[in-house]
Amino acid sequence: MSAAFTPALLVRFDALRSQYPPEMKTSLVLPLLHCVQDEQGFVTEADAVRIAEYIGMPAIQVVEALTWYTMFDREPQGRYVIKVCRNIACSLRGSENVLAHLQQKLGIGVGETTADGRFTLKTVECLASCGTAPAMQVNRTYHEQLDAAKLDRILESLP
Amino acid sequence: MSGPVFMSFPVTATSHTLAEYRARGGYVALERALREMTPAQVGAQAKASGLQGRGGAGFQTGLKWEFVSKDAPVVYLCCNIDEGEPGTFKDRWILEHSPHQLLEGMLFAAYALRVRHAFAYIRGEFDLPLRRLQGALDEARAAGLLGENICGSGFSCDIVLHRGAGAYVCGEESSLINSLEGKKGFPRNKPPFPAVRGLYQKPTVVNNVETLATVPWIMTHGAAAYAEMGIKKTPGTRLFGVSGHVEQPGLFERPTGYPLAQLIMQDAGGILGGRKLKAVIPGGSSTPILTAAEIEGLTLDPESMTRAGSMVGSGAVIVIAEGTCMVRLLQVLSRFYAHESCGQCTPCREGTDWMNRILERIVAGQGTAADLATLRRLPTGIMGNTVCALGDAASMPVVSFIKKFGHEFEHFVTHGRSLHDGRLAP
Repeated sequence: MSAAFTPALLVRFDALRSQYPPEMKTSLVLPLLHCVQDEQGFVTEADAVRIAEYIGMPAIQVVEALTWYTMFDREPQGRYVIKVCRNIACSLRGSENVLAHLQQKLGIGVGETTADGRFTLKTVECLASCGTAPAMQVNRTYHEQLDAAKLDRILESLP
Repeated sequence: MSGPVFMSFPVTATSHTLAEYRARGGYVALERALREMTPAQVGAQAKASGLQGRGGAGFQTGLKWEFVSKDAPVVYLCCNIDEGEPGTFKDRWILEHSPHQLLEGMLFAAYALRVRHAFAYIRGEFDLPLRRLQGALDEARAAGLLGENICGSGFSCDIVLHRGAGAYVCGEESSLINSLEGKKGFPRNKPPFPAVRGLYQKPTVVNNVETLATVPWIMTHGAAAYAEMGIKKTPGTRLFGVSGHVEQPGLFERPTGYPLAQLIMQDAGGILGGRKLKAVIPGGSSTPILTAAEIEGLTLDPESMTRAGSMVGSGAVIVIAEGTCMVRLLQVLSRFYAHESCGQCTPCREGTDWMNRILERIVAGQGTAADLATLRRLPTGIMGNTVCALGDAASMPVVSFIKKFGHEFEHFVTHGRSLHDGRLAP
């Protein structure tokens, strides 16, 4: 059980709630899950239950959303989450090489986190970067037209 | 710069701002319409232009608006920014470089449909597009173009920016609506269509980014001028994205009916490394693949594409060079559809996973002739048997790849390895 939401987080919740018409309160599920993930890096089931209490709706529906949408992480992630696109356009432009280079460089497989907690490596489906493939995201930031040299530069530039 | 509706200005570090959009003539038509036109007149212009949905299905935009009851007390508008059809990267360009064009289009639609609350449902991964759209909303609000009493017209409308969370199926309009209600993105059975019962059971219109962002041009230059561009039956221009094995991948605004071969061989610089063209997926990953011979003489419009057995879809042209292993390429797609099947309908949930497991086995060199026979049979059990089109979208590549490149699949199961070197990238 993680601690209760901080007052600062609840201020952000209230700001989000004010954007939606009152009759649309369940629309807050995704915005609030995103809000908690941005703050904590992951969202637990207990967080989902508390979000449901805040909205005033059945907890099961928030838990369902938490587990159904792929962008929500339920466990702590590395400081930098690297998401490599492996869909068709990126595959045609070398995403397999991108992934192999990162695995070798970081010494981890897909779905794993480095021992120092710095990097988590994941694969994702189409990021809508097909014209600038191959592409990946490091946390929120897009990196495109990747090759080995560019990957090395990106990894070295991270604080 | 390559087209009249979108790519009509040089992209700079500030071309997305309100000041520059206004300098290009932006919001003039909206201000005039709010002063001089009734909502019905705006809707009539959209209809007269012949504009069709640019998300992939190609439904008439004006007709979609017309389906909404004029007496409905509450109507919602959703802009579908869940751009995720593999090969597609056009909506993102609009958000990054001309977000006010989308906002103006949304406001036209909202005015025509008498919408008080509109929503921009944006895929959760988007970073710069999200920031650009948020910035544009803030600018528009500060300038009195959004919110209460827009431009003193008495018309009020708010647009809420709503982030998705990683689900391809949410690009399907009823799935998007469920997602916007805070639920899993399960598509709904139709009818009732969203125009009758959509978001929170209220009449709702869901339109694609490119569709809505075209409306300001129509309202500025007139429906007749728009209807004159491109092919008569499906007029206008489209943002075609060319990706894969071409020298210069990118986005090109071209009139409908533009020659597909010219787009690939000239505009996109031809095939990477001077290789020969093997195949083209012409309208996003879900559309049936065409061989190099089949694209000769084809034009980018529904009639021409239907004759060839494929679709214009989302305008995403994926180019594949000679030497590429089609078995491994199909497995990339089957993995995607199995991952994105929402789990609601058994034929799709089980079928996409089954097709993917067979293809995984084949590319691992362990497939059998019986596997290939099963793979040929599975789509018939999926297509037409599901709530939404994802099952069909997952099946069409399987059917068309095996139909057109069957010998590569047979070689793989007979010899346990690719007919080519197995690489997908050059």
